Amino acid sequence: MVEMTLNGLMVKVEEGTTILEAAAFYGVNIPTLCYLEGLSPYGACRLCVVEIGEPGSAKVATSCTHRVEDGLVVRTHSARVMKARRMLIELYLASCPSSKIIQDMASNHHVTRVRFKQRHEDCILCGLCVRMCAEQMQGKAIGFAWRGSERKVTTPFDKKSDACRLCGGCMYVCPACRSRCQGPQAEQAVCNACLNLPQTDRNYLFFDNAVCEAMEPPGGAPKKMTNRGA
Amino acid sequence: MCKRPLEVEDVLTRVIVANGASVVTALQEIQNNYGYLPEEVLRAFSRKTGIPMVDIFNTATFYNAFSLEPRGRHQITVCVGTTCHIRGAGMLIEAVSRLLEIQPGEVTPDREFSLETVNCLGCCAFAPVMVLDGKYYGNLTAGKAREIVGRIREEAAEGAPEADEGESGGSREGVC
Repeated sequence: MVEMTLNGLMVKVEEGTTILEAAAFYGVNIPTLCYLEGLSPYGACRLCVVEIGEPGSAKVATSCTHRVEDGLVVRTHSARVMKARRMLIELYLASCPSSKIIQDMASNHHVTRVRFKQRHEDCILCGLCVRMCAEQMQGKAIGFAWRGSERKVTTPFDKKSDACRLCGGCMYVCPACRSRCQGPQAEQAVCNACLNLPQTDRNYLFFDNAVCEAMEPPGGAPKKMTNRGA
Repeated sequence: MCKRPLEVEDVLTRVIVANGASVVTALQEIQNNYGYLPEEVLRAFSRKTGIPMVDIFNTATFYNAFSLEPRGRHQITVCVGTTCHIRGAGMLIEAVSRLLEIQPGEVTPDREFSLETVNCLGCCAFAPVMVLDGKYYGNLTAGKAREIVGRIREEAAEGAPEADEGESGGSREGVC
């Protein structure tokens, strides 16, 4: 067992687990798109970022790939983390607005606008399907190909693969291809229809502002650093 | 550069004996032999080594140096890295493009030349740089590039008929 600080609480965690698993064990919900129990962590979606270390010198790291260690100080929903997550959700909305999972996440995190060029992709390159095929199905039928903006998930030579048994595991885990509910604003890029529901009906994934502020170091948030100096 | 290719089995045996199961070096060997990565050879390589086809395809498509399409007999690569760009790589490309009437990424209809760009060759001191059949030409101007390519083309036009008349005449398609 190792002892770490999770959102200001001293907790005991089994050695070898990741921060994400430890947080889930203590009931702290960290949003993810590319994590699935039973598949190797991948760190692709970056939504599980948490702040690690003492305030002031804290760094942001993906909790799904970071193992717990003695004396680790973790803040899972600090202002800095929430800001990063909202930005990521906005980017996911800009590329993949047809996904229910991403739309729900946007509502839960109060992301109400998209400032990026709207695209309509059907893949966020989270790699869940690739890992599902390789690790659970022992199929190795699909994989990543090409590079950079051309990168995509496909079978070799874009042809029907002999290795594929049509098990459907890849579709089952895909966070991008579960289509969104047809709410009153279904034609818009950001739905946010769930924001009109009473707060208790919402699946609130994150702490409210009071909790976020309580986790801030005394004296307010650390001074914002930019790459242009102070 | 374009030798008569070995049989698939011979290539694979050589590749596997020399490199074990290292995908990148094996793909380099295959590409050196065929001028590109033919699908059947990659599939045979996968069967023989047990490396999943997705992993091979992933590697083959990731690196710019590998091509899944047949390339020209003479390979022209123009560097468009930062230094070469500043020192006029664009003009080299334009000159070569006009001379051969192909765009970067294309092959001439007679399969003699293919033109590609690369992001840096690591010899910025010679910028702008062009590589023709593995030979580096540095400090180029549009005129010099045109001259070099033109010379190779003339040589090819003179030398090609005898070389092609022989045994490889029929098998040239899809080979180089």
